[in-house]
Amino acid sequence: MKLYGKYFMIHLKSIMEYKTSFLFSCMGQFLVSFNVFLGIYFMFRRFSHVEGFTYSEVLLCYGITLLEFSLAEAFARGFDTFSSIVSQGEFDRILVRPRNEIFQVLASRIELSRMGRMLQAVVLFVYGIRKSGIHWTYPKAAAVVLMLFGGAMVFSGFFVIYASICFFTIEGLEFMNIFTDGAREYGKYPVNIYGKRVLQLCTFVVPYALIQYYPLLYLLGRGKPYYALLPLAACLFLIPCLMLWKIGVRHYVSAGS
Amino acid sequence: MITMQNVCKTYKVSKRDAGFSSALKALLHREYELIHALDGVSFTISEGEMVGYIGPNGAGKSSTIKILSGILTPEEGTCQINGLTPWKNRIEHVRNIGVVFGQRTQLWWDVPVIDSFELLKEIYRISDHTYRRNLEQLSEMLGLSELLKTPARQLSLGQRMRCEIAASLLHDPKILFLDEPTIGLDAVSKLAVRDFILKLNEEKKTTVILTTHDMQDIEALTNRIILIGKGRILLDGTISDISSGFNSTEEGLAAFYKSHNI
Repeated sequence: MKLYGKYFMIHLKSIMEYKTSFLFSCMGQFLVSFNVFLGIYFMFRRFSHVEGFTYSEVLLCYGITLLEFSLAEAFARGFDTFSSIVSQGEFDRILVRPRNEIFQVLASRIELSRMGRMLQAVVLFVYGIRKSGIHWTYPKAAAVVLMLFGGAMVFSGFFVIYASICFFTIEGLEFMNIFTDGAREYGKYPVNIYGKRVLQLCTFVVPYALIQYYPLLYLLGRGKPYYALLPLAACLFLIPCLMLWKIGVRHYVSAGS
Repeated sequence: MITMQNVCKTYKVSKRDAGFSSALKALLHREYELIHALDGVSFTISEGEMVGYIGPNGAGKSSTIKILSGILTPEEGTCQINGLTPWKNRIEHVRNIGVVFGQRTQLWWDVPVIDSFELLKEIYRISDHTYRRNLEQLSEMLGLSELLKTPARQLSLGQRMRCEIAASLLHDPKILFLDEPTIGLDAVSKLAVRDFILKLNEEKKTTVILTTHDMQDIEALTNRIILIGKGRILLDGTISDISSGFNSTEEGLAAFYKSHNI
């Protein structure tokens, strides 16, 4: 943990060398997500409900998903940009250091400019909470924390899969964006509006529904109590991801000299 | 003590002819070519020895260094370094080695060099005492005191290489791998680096394995050379084995390459 702090400080110092650039990328991140918010806003000017969810409930849903995603993106960015870590030979360097390689990949990229997106997420989140009229209790607050934690884990899992594929081929990985960026965009709405099949898929295969739809129902007082704990089950998703990673490391063939 | 026995490493390289139609064909059906980067490599290096590892481009020098430092796993063969197999006991093994890749930096680009050093102190769990002693020693020997507060991106290549070498020695490694440490350096920096490596080997008895294309590096530093070509060890001996009968080592080496068709 202390070592992670050291890495964090170095990232912070590096960013401070380029203050203007940092500010602009934060603003950019903020505006991109703001766009999506406008989309939701204008749609609800025409329709008052989507599959039984109101405007503020959808905003709450989007705010939470966005926050989950930006947490994962800020801290697991090393896996997201892993192809550049491999092609620049940085991974060789990681392997000659006496520390766990997963830790080092995590620490080698900490993307603080994702603050902009996080800020947008927090705004939507707070707005959603204020308007949704949820009666807050301690268990419900705990459920939100679990959602954020589980969600960050699931998105990180996708980044790990993405990185593992880099061990076998360096190019043509854009399709993985369906699961990461795609999920963030579709995550605006509770998963069930896409139909029953998608909901099943997102429950048992890729656990999006476990970090979004079910716990949201619990927050809104429409779900069973155990729904609040489902984000923890979603963390199991990391196990196959990390297994794939281990196989990948064994296949590693470096990148010339 | 380093022993490598009968180590083989092959790479799968996809190939296709030039042109659009063959690019399309390659999309459907890839043809692969197996490249034998290392083909039964064996050698032994004892503690405190300094060895020049030479060969033409693509001969397998870097692959060997990468296997010795635990980055790559070979398909066949065994390798023992102070009783450990590098790719199996990676974390334990790399604690005792230092690696300098001449063409890649390990310093953080945008922060002062000393910050990179402090991070290494944490990564290798170097005690305060050892860290201070080594930092003092290294900055005196390599003339770093002026450079430590400068961000790495503002250093000249020669200055940066001196910092790189210091960075890989902070944790007192028993073995130092240098992959082309003098590439692109001016005369003054080259001499400084060579002097330093000699002193290090003499004073700390660090085992040094270095790859280079610069025969003057070899002449200045080592007696023993291992020459590799097309993945095989072609010569394990001294410089005089190559240079005798020629005006310079360079000419001798070129003739040697020619006679072996590499």
